[in-house]
Amino acid sequence: MLRVTIDNITIEVEEGTTILNAARKIGGKIVPPAMCYYSKLKGSGGKCRTCLVKVATTSELDPRPLPKLVPSCSTLVQNGMHVQNITSEQVLQERKAIVEFLLINHPLDCPVCDQAGECDLQNLSYEHGLEETRYEEERREFAPVNFGEKIKLHMNRCILCYRCVYAAEQITNERVHGVLYRGDVAEISTFVENFIDNDFSGNIIDVCPVGALTDRTFRFKNRVWFTKAMDAHRDCEKCSGKVVLWMFGDEIYRITGRKDEYGEVEEFICNDCRFENKNVSDWIIEGLRKIKRSSVISQNHYEKLTKQSIIKPIEGKMEQQE
Amino acid sequence: MGRKILLEKINISGIESFDIYRKSGGYSAVEKALKTMTPVDVVEEVKKSGLRGRGGAGFPTGMKWGFIDRKSDKPHYLICNADESEPGTFKDRYLMEHLPHLLIEGMICSAFALEAHTAYIYIRGEFKYLIGILNNALSEAYANGFLGKNILGTTFSLDIYVHPGAGAYICGEETALIESLEGKRGNPRLKPPFPAFVGLFGCPTVVNNVETLAAISPILNMGGDFYSKLGNGKSTGTKLISACGNINKPGVYEIEMGITVEDFIYSEEYCGGIKGGKKLKAVIPGGSSVPVLPADLILKTAAGQPRLMTYESLAEGGFETGTMLGSGGFIVYDEDQCMVRNTLSFARFYHHESCGQCSPCREGTGWQERLLTRIENGEGRLKDIDLLADISKHIEGNTICPLGDAAAWPVSSAIRHFRKEFEFHIQFPEIVKNIRHGNIDKYL
Amino acid sequence: MSENYNKHKIYERNGKTYAFSDASLQRIKEIIGRYPEAKQKSALIPVLHIAQEEFGGSLNADIMDYIAGLLNVKPIEVYEVATFYTQFYLDKVGKFVIEICQTGPCLSCGGDDMIDYLKEKLGIDVGETTADGLFTFKTVECLGACGYAPVMQVNTCFHQNLTKESIDNIIDLLRTQANEPKSNDDKWVEKFCLKK
Repeated sequence: MLRVTIDNITIEVEEGTTILNAARKIGGKIVPPAMCYYSKLKGSGGKCRTCLVKVATTSELDPRPLPKLVPSCSTLVQNGMHVQNITSEQVLQERKAIVEFLLINHPLDCPVCDQAGECDLQNLSYEHGLEETRYEEERREFAPVNFGEKIKLHMNRCILCYRCVYAAEQITNERVHGVLYRGDVAEISTFVENFIDNDFSGNIIDVCPVGALTDRTFRFKNRVWFTKAMDAHRDCEKCSGKVVLWMFGDEIYRITGRKDEYGEVEEFICNDCRFENKNVSDWIIEGLRKIKRSSVISQNHYEKLTKQSIIKPIEGKMEQQE
Repeated sequence: MGRKILLEKINISGIESFDIYRKSGGYSAVEKALKTMTPVDVVEEVKKSGLRGRGGAGFPTGMKWGFIDRKSDKPHYLICNADESEPGTFKDRYLMEHLPHLLIEGMICSAFALEAHTAYIYIRGEFKYLIGILNNALSEAYANGFLGKNILGTTFSLDIYVHPGAGAYICGEETALIESLEGKRGNPRLKPPFPAFVGLFGCPTVVNNVETLAAISPILNMGGDFYSKLGNGKSTGTKLISACGNINKPGVYEIEMGITVEDFIYSEEYCGGIKGGKKLKAVIPGGSSVPVLPADLILKTAAGQPRLMTYESLAEGGFETGTMLGSGGFIVYDEDQCMVRNTLSFARFYHHESCGQCSPCREGTGWQERLLTRIENGEGRLKDIDLLADISKHIEGNTICPLGDAAAWPVSSAIRHFRKEFEFHIQFPEIVKNIRHGNIDKYL
Repeated sequence: MSENYNKHKIYERNGKTYAFSDASLQRIKEIIGRYPEAKQKSALIPVLHIAQEEFGGSLNADIMDYIAGLLNVKPIEVYEVATFYTQFYLDKVGKFVIEICQTGPCLSCGGDDMIDYLKEKLGIDVGETTADGLFTFKTVECLGACGYAPVMQVNTCFHQNLTKESIDNIIDLLRTQANEPKSNDDKWVEKFCLKK
């Protein structure tokens, strides 16, 4: 076991643990935000730089600090390591800058984005963003694209975390999309055809930390904070069948995997479960999904589950914007 | 005349051919290494020489070799980094064109030291004409028993292949190069693990610059101790400097480290002074990534000492008043050159070359370019200068690979030393629109 | 790359079947042999170069799918690589691709005047191809020949220390070759290269 101290809290972790996972073991405010790392996707992490932390003491044997901030998601703990996250002014300053970088080419279209309310970038900017942008130049712009019937890509919102690429590669093994071109004009694309379809393709929606990849079947139907999230399962040949139903009244609006407090699904689900079983009778409902109270999704329900919101989705009007 | 080690035989006619190269003493280092030394002996000799990586970072080569994981049961690889793309740098191209066998000889000795039996020369795709030259030289080496199975009758075997890139500056970064050599996008890898443990195809790998590898056989021939006494302090040996810009004699020069910058710029042996008798305005001494220095600071340190062509002297004063030797891409600007426009061109370069993997570099390089474009076009505001400096500050140090730093330094240093010129662009847009040069003193 | 940037342009397959010549296939086999077993993806960039030479100067989805099959990789892996590197052209180019350097050292030696002159001389803007299909004109970043600035590359050949006069000569010479078959062997380079 290795001893590591993060923001003055000491914990023992197994060898091979990253700083981020050690911090997640501690939990709470000292956990660095992570936009590209995804524990279930091999090779993910290191790219977004939002989880940068300061290593004040490298290890017991080498008490020197590391010269640069390091990505906590991909830096391994060493015995006797001292890490500063929210206790380092430098880390907070740089994180603010990273958030600003992530936002300069972002359209800031939260009011019309289906991810709003469950968006890691939105949360990150609330916590670390500047109040107003210093960016006055042109933003890159892409037209929205449909990857088949079920998945929509808004490249404008993408932060190039590569999670969907790893997911397609590792879960589906039938990857037809990737990151094409390079630099700030790099884009998620299939290059030909614009069609992603296989049994597990819907998971690229779940792993997307922003509103770049969204569920077309849920598009503009409702706001996540108006829906209630119910854990449910069914017998499924292809996956565990354990899902979250996003319901409004007795209707299922959307089905996703079950996400933990860091936004990662517990188990990947198949497209049959996600897209093809939208009747309540298809599911065995376990009960209300526990959602962090800080999340906007937890608004409107939790107290009285049966009470429905008086606001009804105005579907026709919303569709027109598409 | 300064001592020549790498370019000693450059003037021998036909030196690019095996026969002439061999007749003039070539490949003796291979004989010495393979027949009289162990791999570890060769590493020790290179350590003694104090040779530092000539690609730009200046990391001690012997130490880098020392890291190679000899306990691994996987094959070892040596890669020659010939992806020379740093603006201002064209020395490797010169070496490969005129002395291909010096590189191959160095690679054989290095591969022997690293116990590598396969080596690749990763060359930038634009240098297609060099691929032919290198392949010819490799065939000759094979034909004469210096490559292939059981070289010189020893148990050591080695194959060397040339592998072209296809237009991506980032592939000069060693882990991006490895990715590219594996047939992927040139996205740098996270370090650690370092290539000495997990490199090409997941195997222990060393990546060295062309000039570094070319220096290996002379070092083995003369001995590491002898080489370490050449040069100045920790800047041992000789360095190729590719000089360009507004000078009378642009070209590739071999210098013994320790000559003064002033001597290098003004002497007839080297740059031959500023073209057209103009005044020196600024120098970028190590390729476009390193900080630009104005004439007074490049010729003398802030402490008033003459600036020398060494890693240490050029860095003296830190980034406040110093710079870096880098790759030896020595770019000279005369009094009429506009620093804003020049900085914009480098900002555009790094924006274009960013792989886009990590956010500070992907987003920050484009922001820098767009802001600078506005300033250059006379549409800037004074607060943009501080904003620009702030952007570069937050790219620096926060990226996966050094391209972020390389993109930030030209911008931050230009603002540090030529702020007046940026302000002039903003305050007098009408004048700036009609001139293409930077001699603003005329207008102030 | 930036010129290839199409804001989600979707390329259509043209349905044509491509096949390398026997000589090229032999060369590709030899190239694959340079890498360990099962690491044939390493041959991707060299093979894309060969494909671009052999199949008319640029790449398309069908060519890349063919290469994916040859190297036993997914087509998307080929698209990812081809779009990353600036030397691969995804749209049709002229017989001669003129790429002139626009980076600092060339600019300080009059490179931008040469860019302007080429625009005027060819009557096209950067990124365009002449109506006769002979010339595509691009600006590129550093070609690694800064001591011989200004510099441009026409296909594989470097032209250095450019002046208006030398540009005139090069373009005139290339025009006389309009109907000659384009060859990529070293002789072609020797014959037309105006090396200093």
